[in-house]
Amino acid sequence: MSSHVTRRRTAAGLRLLAAVLAAGVILFPLYWMVVVAFSTRSSLSGGGLRLWPEQATLDNFRRVLDSFPVLTWFGNSVAIALVTSVIIVLINLLAGYAFAHLRFPGSGVLLLVALSTLMLPVQVIMVGLFRLVTDLGLYGSYWAVILPTAASAFGVFLARQFILTIPRELIEAARIDGATHLQIFWRIVLPLSRPLIAVLFFMSMLQVWNDFAWPLIALRENALYTLPVGLLFLQGQFGPDYGATMAFALITVTPMVLVFLLAQRWFVQGFSRSGLR
Amino acid sequence: MTARAREAWAGYAFAAPTLLLLGVFVLLPLGGAMVISLQETNGFGDGTFVGLDNYQRLVQDPVFWRATLNTALYTVLVTPAAMAIGLGLALLLDSALPARGALRSVLILPMAISGVATALMGVLIFDENSGFLTEVARAMGLPQVDWQTHGPAAFASVVIMTLWWRVGFNMLIYLAGLQGVAHELYEAARLDGANAWQRLRHVTVPQLSNQSFFLVILNIIYSFQVFDIVFVMTGGGPERATTVLVTYAYDTGFVTRDQGYAAAIGVVLLAVTLVVTALRWRAQRRREETE
Repeated sequence: MSSHVTRRRTAAGLRLLAAVLAAGVILFPLYWMVVVAFSTRSSLSGGGLRLWPEQATLDNFRRVLDSFPVLTWFGNSVAIALVTSVIIVLINLLAGYAFAHLRFPGSGVLLLVALSTLMLPVQVIMVGLFRLVTDLGLYGSYWAVILPTAASAFGVFLARQFILTIPRELIEAARIDGATHLQIFWRIVLPLSRPLIAVLFFMSMLQVWNDFAWPLIALRENALYTLPVGLLFLQGQFGPDYGATMAFALITVTPMVLVFLLAQRWFVQGFSRSGLR
Repeated sequence: MTARAREAWAGYAFAAPTLLLLGVFVLLPLGGAMVISLQETNGFGDGTFVGLDNYQRLVQDPVFWRATLNTALYTVLVTPAAMAIGLGLALLLDSALPARGALRSVLILPMAISGVATALMGVLIFDENSGFLTEVARAMGLPQVDWQTHGPAAFASVVIMTLWWRVGFNMLIYLAGLQGVAHELYEAARLDGANAWQRLRHVTVPQLSNQSFFLVILNIIYSFQVFDIVFVMTGGGPERATTVLVTYAYDTGFVTRDQGYAAAIGVVLLAVTLVVTALRWRAQRRREETE
C-alpha cells in the first residue's frame, strides 16, 4: 500500500517537474531579452556566458529613445489598435445582431460570404490590396492600415452565436413597446453583450498591436510606423547592437503582456470559444 | 412601411458596414490580385497584359519550388509537433498540480507577443557568434552549430521559435476540450485494466477529436501563411534554405517590385488554401455522417 502511495507521489512530482521545465523554456527567451536590454554594451561584446547583467544600466533605452521616434511609434500603435478595434467591435456586433435576430432576404448567403473571407489572409491579396490602397489615395496614411485590418468577419460569428442566446421575447417586447431596431440594439443587445465586447475588443487589440506584414507594406513614412515595423527598422539600423534592439523590443512587448495578464480570462474565453465551433 | 419591410431594411443596414469593408478591402483586392497576376507591372501605373507568362515562369523557377518545398516541410513539422506538445501540456495542467493557474499563464504568454519580437529573441538565442546557444556550447566545450549559415540548422531554429510561439494556443484549445471529457470513462477504462497510455490512446484522444480537427486545419493554414518569424529571423536565408511562399512573394512584390509575379504566387497560395478548406468540408461531412 505504501509503495502505491510513493509511486503516486513520484508521478505527481514528475508532472510538476515537467510543467515547471516547460514554463522555464517559455520564460527563458523573455528573461534573456530583459537581461540583454539592461546590460552594458561592453559586457555584451565581451563574450562569455552571463546569466544576469553585471550592472544594470538604462543606456540602451537612452540610445534608442535618442535616435528614434519611439514615442511617436508608440502613439501610432496605440491609435491604430484602438481605432481599428473599436470599429471591428461595433460593426461586427451590428452584423452579428442582424444575422442572429433580423429576417432579411439573402441573409444566409451573405453570412456565408462574410465567414468565407476568414480563409483569405492578407498575404494572398497583398499585391491587389496595395494597388487598391494606392488607387484610393490611402497609401502612406493610417487609414491604409486601419481600414483593411478592420475589414474582418472574425467577430461576426462569435457575435451571432452570443446574440442568439439573448431571449427573443425580450426583443419582441421592446418592439411591441415601439422601439426601433437601432434602439433595441443600443438599449438591449449592447448592454447584454458586455462579456462578448470585452473578448472581441481584447482579441482585436492584441492582433492589431502585433500585426506586421501589412503595416510594413502600407506605411511608407518613418513617422507613421507602428511598433513592430519600427522594431524591424531599428534592427536594420543597429544591426548587431543587441542591447538597443532588445531594449526597444521590450518596450514594444510590455504593454500587451501586461494587458494579456490582467485581462487573461477574456483572452482565454475568446480563444477557447473560437476552438469549439 | 410594414414592420416586415422595416426589419429587412434594418438587417441590411446593420450588416452593411461589415459587408462593405469586406467587399472593398478583401474581395476587390482578391479580384485585383488575379488580374495583376496576368500582368507585368512594378505596382505603379498600369501594367502590360502578359497572359499566363507569370505562371509559366513559376513552373520553371527553382526558387519558387524551393519555397513551396520549404513551406510544405514547415507545415509538416510544425503542425504535429505543436499539437503533440500542446496536448501533453494540456494533460499536465489538467491534472492536480500546484500553481496550475500561474503555470497556464506562463505557457500561453507567447500569444501576447508579436512575431517580430519572437523572431528577434530567436536571433538572440541562435546568433552563431554571440547567441545564447553558442555561448553555452563554448562554455561547455561542445561543438558549435552554424545556426545561421547552415541551411538545415537555420530551418530548425525557425521551427523551434515557431513552436515556442504557437504551442500555448494549441494547449489552450486542448485544455478547453479536456473540461468536457467524461470522467466516468476513465474509471471504466481503469476498471477494465487499461494503463495510462491505453487510457490516453483510447479515451482521451478520441474524446478530443473535435479540437484536434480544428487545430490541424488552423495549424496548416497558419503554416502556409508564415511570414513574420521567417522574414525577421533569417530573411529566407542562408541561400533560400528558409524561404517560404509568403516571404518569396513579399520579396518579388515589394523589393524587386515584380508585382505581377508576386500576385501569381499569391494566387497559388490561395489555391492551396482552398484545397485544404475543401478537404476540411469533406472530412467534416464524413464525420457528421458517422456520428
